[in-house]
Amino acid sequence: MTTTADADANAAGGTADDAERHEAAAHLDLQRWRGRATDPEADRSRAEEATPEAIARLRVRSRALLRDLLRPHRGRLGLAVGLLLAQNAAAMSGPYLVMLGIDRAIGPLRAGDSGPLVAIAGAFAAATVVEYAARRGFLTLSARIGQAVLLELRQRVYGHFLRLSVGFHERYTSGRMISRLTSDLDSIAELLDGGVDSLVLAGLSILSVAGILLWLDLPLAAVTLLAFPFLFLLSRWFARASAGAYRRTREAVSLVIVHFVESLRGIRAVQAYRREPRNQRIFAAVNDDYRQASLRAFRLIATYSPGIKVIGNVTVAVVLGYGGARVLGGAMEVGVLAAFLLYLRRFFEPMQELSQFYNSLQSATAALEKLAGVLDERPGVAEPARPAPLPGGDARGAVEFRSVSFGYRAGAPILSGLDLSVPAGQTVALVGATGAGKSTIAKLLARFHDPDAGTVALDGVDLRDLADAELRRAVVLVAQENHLFSGSVAENIRFGRPGADDAAVQAAARAIGAHDFIAALPDGYATEVRRRGGRLSAGQRQLVAFARAFLADPRVLILDEATSSLDVPTERLVQRALATVLRDRTALVIAHRLSTVETADRVLVLDGGRVVEDGPPERLTATGGRYAALRRQWRDSLV
Amino acid sequence: MPAESDGVPTHRGDAARPLRNLWRLRHYLRPHAVAFCWLLVAALAATGASLAVPLVVQRVVDGPVARHDPGGLVRLGGLALLLGLAEALLIFIRRWAQTSSSVGMEATIRADIYAHLQRLPAGFHDRWQTGQLLSRVTSDLSVIRRFLSFGLLFLVLNLVTYVAVVVLLVRLHPTLGLLVAASAVPLFLISRRFGRYYHAASRRMQDQQGDVATLVEETAQGLRTMKAYGRGPELAARFADGARALHDTGVAKSRLLARTSALFDLVPNLTLGVVLVAGAVAAARGALTIGELVAFVSLQLMLIWPVQSLGWIIANGQEAATAADRIQEVLDTEPAIVDAPHAVGLARAGVRGRLAFEGVSFRYPGTPAPVLRGIDLTVEPGETLALVGATGVGKSTLLSLVPRLHDVSAGRITLDGHDVRDLRLASLRRLVGVAFEEPTLFSMSVWENLTLGRPDADADEVRAALALAQADFAYELPWGLATRVGEQGLTLSGGQRQRLALARAVLGRPALLVLDDPLSALDVHTEALVEAALRRVLRDTTALLVVHRPSTVALADRVALLERGRITAVGTHSRLLATVPAYRAVLSADPAPPADAGPRAGAALAGPDGRGLVRS
Ligand SMILES: Nc1ncnc2c1ncn2[C@@H]1O[C@H](COP(=O)(O)OP(=O)(O)OP(=O)(O)O)[C@@H](O)[C@H]1O
Ligand SMILES: Nc1ncnc2c1ncn2[C@@H]1O[C@H](COP(=O)(O)OP(=O)(O)OP(=O)(O)O)[C@@H](O)[C@H]1O
Ligand SMILES: [Mg+2]
Ligand SMILES: [Mg+2]
Repeated sequence: MTTTADADANAAGGTADDAERHEAAAHLDLQRWRGRATDPEADRSRAEEATPEAIARLRVRSRALLRDLLRPHRGRLGLAVGLLLAQNAAAMSGPYLVMLGIDRAIGPLRAGDSGPLVAIAGAFAAATVVEYAARRGFLTLSARIGQAVLLELRQRVYGHFLRLSVGFHERYTSGRMISRLTSDLDSIAELLDGGVDSLVLAGLSILSVAGILLWLDLPLAAVTLLAFPFLFLLSRWFARASAGAYRRTREAVSLVIVHFVESLRGIRAVQAYRREPRNQRIFAAVNDDYRQASLRAFRLIATYSPGIKVIGNVTVAVVLGYGGARVLGGAMEVGVLAAFLLYLRRFFEPMQELSQFYNSLQSATAALEKLAGVLDERPGVAEPARPAPLPGGDARGAVEFRSVSFGYRAGAPILSGLDLSVPAGQTVALVGATGAGKSTIAKLLARFHDPDAGTVALDGVDLRDLADAELRRAVVLVAQENHLFSGSVAENIRFGRPGADDAAVQAAARAIGAHDFIAALPDGYATEVRRRGGRLSAGQRQLVAFARAFLADPRVLILDEATSSLDVPTERLVQRALATVLRDRTALVIAHRLSTVETADRVLVLDGGRVVEDGPPERLTATGGRYAALRRQWRDSLV
Repeated sequence: MPAESDGVPTHRGDAARPLRNLWRLRHYLRPHAVAFCWLLVAALAATGASLAVPLVVQRVVDGPVARHDPGGLVRLGGLALLLGLAEALLIFIRRWAQTSSSVGMEATIRADIYAHLQRLPAGFHDRWQTGQLLSRVTSDLSVIRRFLSFGLLFLVLNLVTYVAVVVLLVRLHPTLGLLVAASAVPLFLISRRFGRYYHAASRRMQDQQGDVATLVEETAQGLRTMKAYGRGPELAARFADGARALHDTGVAKSRLLARTSALFDLVPNLTLGVVLVAGAVAAARGALTIGELVAFVSLQLMLIWPVQSLGWIIANGQEAATAADRIQEVLDTEPAIVDAPHAVGLARAGVRGRLAFEGVSFRYPGTPAPVLRGIDLTVEPGETLALVGATGVGKSTLLSLVPRLHDVSAGRITLDGHDVRDLRLASLRRLVGVAFEEPTLFSMSVWENLTLGRPDADADEVRAALALAQADFAYELPWGLATRVGEQGLTLSGGQRQRLALARAVLGRPALLVLDDPLSALDVHTEALVEAALRRVLRDTTALLVVHRPSTVALADRVALLERGRITAVGTHSRLLATVPAYRAVLSADPAPPADAGPRAGAALAGPDGRGLVRS
């Protein structure tokens, strides 16, 4: 951190040359920059431990995943292989027919009989057509299979990410999630693109040629077999080395993506704080790391593939020497040796293809491992296997916290033994110093997290026993950090109740006083709000988020600082709307502005994870405790 | 990049010159030119060696073995071995060189795109989805890398092979040879047609990849909202649409490739058939010996592989071309906010901090009406001015003009009399400390987050800033200031995030503080403490604050009221409260509607009928 000032000046141009980049990479202390995660399992799924057993387990899982994905396509795969074989047979018959034509058709032709030539030409044409059709069919079919597998995998992983808890996502980070669903899938696509082709053809020709070799001459074939231990050793070396290398590229690329996504997301802060040079250096470091990881992986295959070539060519020379000697000794025909040598070459050539396939497989497996690790992750906040129904069908909205303890980390409890009972229909305001744990209570009630001990219950049913859909219909949290999706204003409001018609959307906006501003936008309700609602002002975003909750119309509404960015009159308007809405609903309102709190039926003062005062606002004001003090302070600050 | 476009950029590559953008990337090849020459030579030599090995083997069999000459066997056998080893070595050299240059090039382009993106202003990033940018630096770049390391090489190798073989064929038998040469015409036509269709499909696929990346990114960000409303199924359906579109394009693309590849197979085969028939007829007439025909056909068989692989190479090339288009779209966007040629830097010590808005107007690109019109406002050195106005009136917009996150549409902003556009960006932004309404934190250590703009700050400065923002909680985090805060700071409470952002803004004593609603997430008690501390700092720092709460107004020396894009009143809080009803309406806790609350366009005071105060 001390050398940064001058280095920043160097890198300010942005297009620093390579040497400088390496230097930057060397100087930058990435560990220090990223800071220490509070969770030792940050940055990876639980299955991805660093122990050899865990790695082996994941590898098995990833292969199983691949098989599982291919299973529904068994029939089509068989057909594709059939087409491939047909194409190959047709392709092989071409040269044969040509030779046949030369041998058999020219003589009769000279004699004036064009019959054989016509027959052979016809056969040739037929073979050509078969080859065309089979090749086209095979390529189309295999691409279909590959794409279907990718689609399935992509949806499966995405769906699983949605099921995983907020806690998981907090430590895994979005950049990593993006990298799983984009870059990792790309490398699997690469395997599916050309894999079947080379695997089947190469395998096939190696097997058939091996048969021919054995049939041609046993002793020479035995000598050829001597190459196999070397091939095996080389392949084993490659398998081990490349598995690690590709694993590293997957990790390196996700760091690139994490940094890229995060810094562009916060580009305003980056620019306002002239963070660009340092960001550039960090990017150079992670980028260089990725470059080196890829380089290492690619160099392995750049060694492996010529290595196989060496074994093949040496074997050819040895067979030539040994076979030559045998011919000299009279133990073998020259013609057999010639044929053997010809076929030997065709034995080793497909091995190159196989090595390429193996390479893609290794790369895809590394990616699959990451995906398998994610799919292996059990949701920390899981849906119950057998959900309990709410008594009497619909929720009434009674909320109860029974000796709830919770902490984000072991050994750092935020709430301990919290008891709280809110009867249906009551509006409760939660106040307390920042960091007291108010949002934590809200998040527990919305079941973002499960308590470490005790239960949170809705109408007497533990939230852990409620089906997710039912819980979400009954309880909605408007979080402190609200989020708008890119899309129109109407779509964002409709997020609260997807089936709602335009009239309902407008009614919700009207009810909280957002209609006028929305109507005055260039395209009204159809205006694109852009990424994270960037088209709107902070207050406007809050209003839209509010309208969304209003439309969802849950029995229990949790408002966490939902009006903090509004101006006073708008806030008052929202409060007035709330007063009507909340009359028969349960509400948990968290607000620092006490104007919101005053309208509540009951106020809870939270301190150090405990409720220290509890009662109607008037009574608390009168008894002169903390709330009374807060309220006095707030009153004084008003105009 | 369409300068005024809203939404997703739709710029397409130049259809007439599909390879133009790929060609423009050539300067990245320059540092690797020597390596590239070497690898070409190695590739050609390896091909030669691989052709020579069977020839030598054949010679061994026909010569020494047939003639029972052990010495010759050893010599020629040794030669075969040497050639075989040389071939492997050459392949090794080619692949090794190829690997380092292509991977190096990919990394260089990626770093340059990132550097460029960092220079592009907020307006650009508002319009472009991060996922689209991301897919450019990952998928698109790897397509280009693959083209550079395989496609291009095989294109050259195969062309060389093709031409060489055709020349040999023509020399062997001019008529038949020309017939084979003529088969290049349909090949060319097929390639051209294929290239055109594939170009479009490949572009569509890459755009859709970007869309999928965008969807994922957005899901990750909106995860809590998704959970809060239980909208997993809807998002999954939305994602399924995107993934299915990608799937469909992939299938369509491969159907194109399948058809063309099969055609590339068909054409040489048909030519072969024609040669066979014509050759047989000629041989029957005695115009050609059978040996010549055999030689001709064997040579011609060597053409099949280079032609067959053409489909794949063209596909690869088109993908690289559209990837290059997409990359150049970003690189071609000129940063709109840059240092003027004559820009000067100001030293911190020499700055008094007089900030003036002179007739400033601002309109977001793509919107019909300006947000700010003719703002005149001066903040004297050391003065604290609070900006007050209804939600959505343009306060944050006004603040963003000061550090030039956006540039004014008309008028000018001056700092100590210098137009901010005449100052060096780095210098200006060094002088201005900003806190946005949403605290932007990154998933890195607290220290790094605090020293975002001041990497050279020392522990004492950081401690002072944290103390001022009442953010001493940072020392109590599990690893103190080395603790990594979660993405967007979401592992902290709302108030904790905001206090860190405030500490960051005041760190290093900027000449000008620009704070957007800096205390909105704080409880009354903490707010009072921060205010007390801030007041000490603000005594000698010029500051512009956006304020919603009456309590925070107390920090300001003067208040300006922003209404309908104009400053309609400036004065002390108490004076405005007494004399300007609109001011009282915006800030007063008194729920009684003020006198002038008429149905003004979009700014009517709220009534029970749900009319809002919020402007758009
Ligand atoms: N996801 C998280 N991981 C780890 N710690 C967290 C997380 N969220 C909150 N905390 C910590 O838990 C404590 C309580 O946070 P919480 O968000 O509940 O506070 P709060 O009362 O809502 O405060 P504020 O008024 O500032 O929003 C804080 O110390 C915070 O740092
Ligand atoms: N990127 C953008 N493109 C187009 N219009 C925008 C953009 N950002 C904001 N606006 C519009 O400009 C107006 C001013 O927005 P701004 O964020 O400056 O308001 P604000 O006064 O800060 O409001 P708040 O009090 O809610 O923060 C709003 O009506 C908003 O809809
Ligand atoms: Mg909170
Ligand atoms: Mg604002």
